[in-house]
Amino acid sequence: MAKVARRDTKQKGAQQSHTGLGQKLKAWRASHKQECWASLRRLLRKPGDSLMTWMVIGIALALPAALYLALGSLEQLSSGWDGSARVSLYLNDTVSEEEGQQLAKNLLADGEIAAIEYISAADALVEFKSISGYGDVLDALAYNPLPAVIVVKPAQHLATAEQTDALVARLGKLDPVDQAELDLEWVQRLYAMMDLGRRAIAALALMLALGVLLVMGNTIRLAIENRRDEIVVTKLVGATDAFVRRPFLYTGWWYGLGGGLAAWIIVVVALLWLGGAVARLVGLYGGDFALLLPGPMQSLALLLGAGILGLLGAWLAVTRHLGAIEPR
Amino acid sequence: MIQFDNVSKRYSTGQEALNRLSFHIEPSEMVFLTGHSGAGKSTLLKLTMLMERPTAGQVWVNGTNLKSLGRRHIPAHRRNIGVVFQSHHLLFDRSVFDNVALPLVIAGHDSREVSRRVRAALDKVGLLNKEKQNPIALSGGEQQRVGIARAVVNKPALLLADEPTGNLDPELSADIMNLFEQFNQVGVTVLIATHDLALIARMPYRMMSLSQGRLSSPVLGR
Repeated sequence: MAKVARRDTKQKGAQQSHTGLGQKLKAWRASHKQECWASLRRLLRKPGDSLMTWMVIGIALALPAALYLALGSLEQLSSGWDGSARVSLYLNDTVSEEEGQQLAKNLLADGEIAAIEYISAADALVEFKSISGYGDVLDALAYNPLPAVIVVKPAQHLATAEQTDALVARLGKLDPVDQAELDLEWVQRLYAMMDLGRRAIAALALMLALGVLLVMGNTIRLAIENRRDEIVVTKLVGATDAFVRRPFLYTGWWYGLGGGLAAWIIVVVALLWLGGAVARLVGLYGGDFALLLPGPMQSLALLLGAGILGLLGAWLAVTRHLGAIEPR
Repeated sequence: MIQFDNVSKRYSTGQEALNRLSFHIEPSEMVFLTGHSGAGKSTLLKLTMLMERPTAGQVWVNGTNLKSLGRRHIPAHRRNIGVVFQSHHLLFDRSVFDNVALPLVIAGHDSREVSRRVRAALDKVGLLNKEKQNPIALSGGEQQRVGIARAVVNKPALLLADEPTGNLDPELSADIMNLFEQFNQVGVTVLIATHDLALIARMPYRMMSLSQGRLSSPVLGR
C-alpha cells in the first residue's frame, strides 16, 4: 500500500515532465544508440536503393584510392635508391684490375664520398650475361667489351644538385677515368613525375569528394522529403532540432561508410586482378615490383573518411532543408 | 493559463486572422472556441503553441510571455502542451504504441517509464488492446483516441484540440468530448476549437465565439 502511495506522488512530480540531468544524458545516449541502428535498418530495408547510393560513393572514392595506392607502390620501388644519387666511373681499358682497386681505395678516403663499389670488367660481364640473356652472343666475342666500373655513393652532406655535379666533374678529370656519369637524372624525373601524380590525385580526390558530398546532400534531401510528415509531428510534440536532425545524420554516416566499404572492395578486387598482369609485365623487364594492397590503416582511413564525408553531406542537406519544414 | 492581450495576427498573404483579441483562460478551466472556418480559431491555437507568432500584442501561457521564448525554447514549451488535431497527425509507419510513445521518447524518458505511461494513456482512451496495431487499421474514432492518448501521455497542464470531432458521427463525438471532460476533471486546462454547436450546447462550459478575428459575443460564463 505504501508503495502504491509513493508511486502516486512520484507521478504527480512528473506532471511537467521534468527530467534530471543524469536522466537526460542517459536518454540522449539511448536516443543516439537507437537512431544509429534504426537508420541502418531503414537503409537495409530498401537494399536496392541503398546499394545504388553505396555504389555511386564507392566508385567515386575507388578511383583516387586506387591511384593513391599505385603511387605508393611506385614510391616503394624508388625508395631502394634512398633518395641519393650514384656516380658511375667507367675506367679506361688500359687500367689494370690492381690499379682500379687501388683507385677505389684512394677514393674512399675522399671526404665527399661515402661508399665505393669496384666492379671489375670480368664481374660486369658475368652480371650482364646473367640478366641480359645475351650470354651466347657475348661468349662469341673475342674480348670483353665492358669497362671496369667504380660506383661512388656521394657523402650525405652533398645535398644540392650543384655540389653533386661538382663532384662528378672532379672525378671525371681523374686520369684512369674514361667517363663519370651521374645516375641521378631519372630518379629526379621519377620524383618530379610522382609529385605531379600526387597533386593530380589530390585534385581528383577533392573533386570526387565534392561529388560525394553533393550526392549525399541530394539523397538526404529526398529522405527528408519522404519523412516530412514525421518531422512535422515530432516538432509538434516538442522535438528539438537536434532530435529531428539525428536520424538523417546517422543515415548520412551509414551511406558514407557503406560507400567506403564498396570503394575498398572495388580497389582490392581491381588490384588483385591487375596485380598478376603487372607482375608479368615487370618481370619481362627484369624488375621486382608488386602492387600494394591497402594496409589496415589505409583501409580504416578510407572507411572513416567515407563515413565522415557522408556525415558532412547529410549535415549540409539537413541545415539547408530541415529548417524549412515547420508545422503549419 | 492562457492570456491574450490585444493580439493581432496578419499573415503575409494580407489575411487578418486575429484583430486585437484579448481573453483569459483560468487554470483547470474547460473552454470551447467556436466560429466559422477562417474566424481565427486555428490561428489562436497556433499562437498558443508557437507555431505562429503574433503581429502585435502579447500571449501568455502558464505565466510565461511567449515573446520571451526564442526558437530554441519552442520544443520545451510544446512539451507542456498536449495537442489533438482534426486530422490526428498519426504516423502510419509504426504501431499505436509507438505513436503514443513519441512525446515521451522525445522528452527522454527511459523505456520502462515510457511503456508504463503509454499503457496508462491507452487504457484511459480504451485502446489498450490495440497497442500493437498500425493506426491505419483503426476506425476514425479510434484514430482520434490514439491522437488524444498521445496528447495526454506527457501529462501536460494544457490540452488543445482543433476540431477533434470534425470527422466523427455524433455518438463518437460525444465519447471524445466525454474524454476531454475527464481530463479536465483531474485539473488539466482544456481548450477545444469546434464548430459542432449542437454537441457543446448542452455542456456546461464557457464558450468563446470568434468572428473575423474578434470575440463576437460577450464571453459566456458557466
